[in-house]
Amino acid sequence: MIDLHEITREGTVVPVSEASFPAPFPSGLEYAAPARGSWNIVHVGMLIPESHQIFVCAEGCLRGVVLTAAEMGAFDRFSTIAVQENNLLDGDMEQLILDGVDEIFSGMEKLPRALLLYTSCIHHFTGCDMDYVFKKLREKYPAVDFTDCYMNPIMRKSKLPPDATMRRQLYSLLKPAPREEKLVAILGNNERLSPEGEMMKLLRAEGYEVLEIAGCKNYEEYQRHAAAALSITTNPAAVPGGEALEKRLSIPHLHLPLSYDFEEIEGNLRALCRRLSLPMPDAAALRKEAEKALAHAARELDGMAVSIDYTATSRPLGLAKLLLEHGFRVVSVYADSFSAAEKPAFGWLREHAPELILRPTVQMKMGLLPRDEAAQAGGLLAIGQKAAFFTGTEYFVNLLEGGGFYGFMGIKQLAGQMEADAKTRKDVPSIIQVKGWGCSC
Amino acid sequence: MGVLVLKQANRILSTYTADVSGVCSALYEMGGLTVMHDASGCNSTYNTHDEPRWYTMPSRIYISGLTEMEAMLGDEEKLLHDLVEGIRELKPRFCAVAGTPIPAMMGADLPGIARAAERRTGVPCFGFQTTGMQSYVTGASMAFEAVARRFSPALPRAEGLSVNLLGVTPLDFSVMGNVEALRALFAENGIPVRSCWAMGSSWEELMEAGRASVNLVLSSAGLKLAQFFREKYGAPYVVGIPMGEALTARYLSAVREAAQTGECRFPAKGAEIPGEGGALIIGEAVWAASMRRAYELFTGKPARVLCPLELDGETLAPGDLRETGEREIAAAMQGADLVIADPIYRFVLPKGTSFLRFPHEGYSGRIWRKEIPVFVGKSWDEWFSQHKF
Repeated sequence: MIDLHEITREGTVVPVSEASFPAPFPSGLEYAAPARGSWNIVHVGMLIPESHQIFVCAEGCLRGVVLTAAEMGAFDRFSTIAVQENNLLDGDMEQLILDGVDEIFSGMEKLPRALLLYTSCIHHFTGCDMDYVFKKLREKYPAVDFTDCYMNPIMRKSKLPPDATMRRQLYSLLKPAPREEKLVAILGNNERLSPEGEMMKLLRAEGYEVLEIAGCKNYEEYQRHAAAALSITTNPAAVPGGEALEKRLSIPHLHLPLSYDFEEIEGNLRALCRRLSLPMPDAAALRKEAEKALAHAARELDGMAVSIDYTATSRPLGLAKLLLEHGFRVVSVYADSFSAAEKPAFGWLREHAPELILRPTVQMKMGLLPRDEAAQAGGLLAIGQKAAFFTGTEYFVNLLEGGGFYGFMGIKQLAGQMEADAKTRKDVPSIIQVKGWGCSC
Repeated sequence: MGVLVLKQANRILSTYTADVSGVCSALYEMGGLTVMHDASGCNSTYNTHDEPRWYTMPSRIYISGLTEMEAMLGDEEKLLHDLVEGIRELKPRFCAVAGTPIPAMMGADLPGIARAAERRTGVPCFGFQTTGMQSYVTGASMAFEAVARRFSPALPRAEGLSVNLLGVTPLDFSVMGNVEALRALFAENGIPVRSCWAMGSSWEELMEAGRASVNLVLSSAGLKLAQFFREKYGAPYVVGIPMGEALTARYLSAVREAAQTGECRFPAKGAEIPGEGGALIIGEAVWAASMRRAYELFTGKPARVLCPLELDGETLAPGDLRETGEREIAAAMQGADLVIADPIYRFVLPKGTSFLRFPHEGYSGRIWRKEIPVFVGKSWDEWFSQHKF
């Protein structure tokens, strides 16, 4: 149908040595790759046990979220109120929501413990009085905890984007609770951190219980987050949530970002030990173990090309640097922009790996160009679903947001995973088209 | 509580594909550049749930990436700039821009922006005032009609009987063999298919549509196009889908009659068999009416249609229902002997009512795609006979 020979790669390939930071590619019309593993606001909200979601928006916006819930088998935890043109004109949005919630609740056998009420861009612009709405709802349904959530993709490029807002609101239902000195909460991760990580082992060894929302079985367990003596975030998008809890419930917050830089990882560990007065583990030995695993994996990959994308980790450049430093042949990174924390790795790559290719994921040509990077490279291991899609490889690490691999031991685990996945052919389309991969709600 | 609220709140039911996705679906294979003027979300909804061709068949479908500041300031220059860049880079046959809720609220003049883009590039451009608040049948309908009005040339009608298939998108026909089955059915009956709007036909075939003697409206999204072809070429149209052996025989007769008389025919219209209960068929108007007629002819029992979408395809009967609210739909199911609908409707099915699942891409998306049967011609009888009620 479309003559692909008319499409050049111009504008879709830039060596890191010539790339600008943090956005190597100009913005324009945007393509969306059919790699759907990243979680959306429905998946994240479902992490609150015994909660129910109501989305209030136009039908077109509802469709994506209602089918997200349907595909994850959560029909019974999801409802909708459709906004129509007359609601915009009549100014009856508040009443529409109140009546809509009444209607939905009236059809339930049992009211939910919590209601996540998602409003959308149009409420943002029309100045819908949500304070009034929540006041009325709380008065009428005192047994239900209500919170405000947002489906406002128009804020995607704003200071507090929807993903970070959602991860903050995930903890907005917590009520003040007596402090449990041996309880630590790790906030805002869709997937639990691996218990093999040195931080988790250390906390366990020192008698701490670690709470993560991904493992909460019921609403009471979720509420225990409020009793934590310390909250930790490892995902940058979770930081506003940690800060909000520090302000609202006086839970000290420590951001120990996912990193592939040994010094930063050691620094994170030191910061944790300092905060909780814990004995510092032998970082040199841990590093040695991680490096040994990396060396082994590099030998096993034997020069196989590697490509990384931004959905696999919040630090794709940092990961590229680590792998290049340890003998892997990283050829490309797929990302449309980078976080400020990636600046040092970007600088290092410009100097030491200037030929490393950066490629966008939303640039308009990306859906039309041949997906042949793996064939051109004579085989390629992708880290992340988008890299797998764009390179056309059948070998990939199905990693999202770091995959729970954290710290020195996270690097060791990732190296092992790379080794295994480099030998295992995967049915890429059937995996990457699943929405919210790993969502176990 | 107001009546509107009852119809707008759904405890469990889904929503149909929106108008903006309908535009994209209709134009997908035409070689154009289609842009949803949206921040984000419409693209992933479209290419995850509404577009089964996305992974394997490249097409130039994008979002504009509207930002908060652009919306607040009413900045339309960024969109215009990106459209012009896209046209220059990708060299499409035409460009279409379709609206979503925020542009609708901003009062974005999409036809005006399209005219400006066309002036700057010389490439034909369309602006569709979709809002994301209506269904795909409206969006696809306006897209089909606009393309035909702009591009379909004056042509003399060809000798002999031939047809165009109108209103065909994966949203109603999926990708499980129904379009192929339609073509095969007409081929077996010696009726050439000149074009299919718009799955599996080249642009050149689409532009030959004027040579056909009859247009077949296979979904309500194809009716406006058929009416335009009637206006431009004088060709009559036939509304319905040939489902089941009995209806197919009547349908083919209706096609031949339409060609001979020049009058439109509606073979899917119900016979209004008297009686209580009966089957309730929920879905897009032309599909549901055809399903109803096939059911009536096969079983001799009455049935009625509940169409939750805004277009009726000129084929609904007086006793048919037009409901969108979950409560109303559940109430309509009460008393039916059998409900034939997308599996999602089963969640509000009254206890004891028989249910025949028929997944609809435009409703439940890809979830049950593999279950969508070939429902054209005799295949319908085979499918229906497999089920016991």
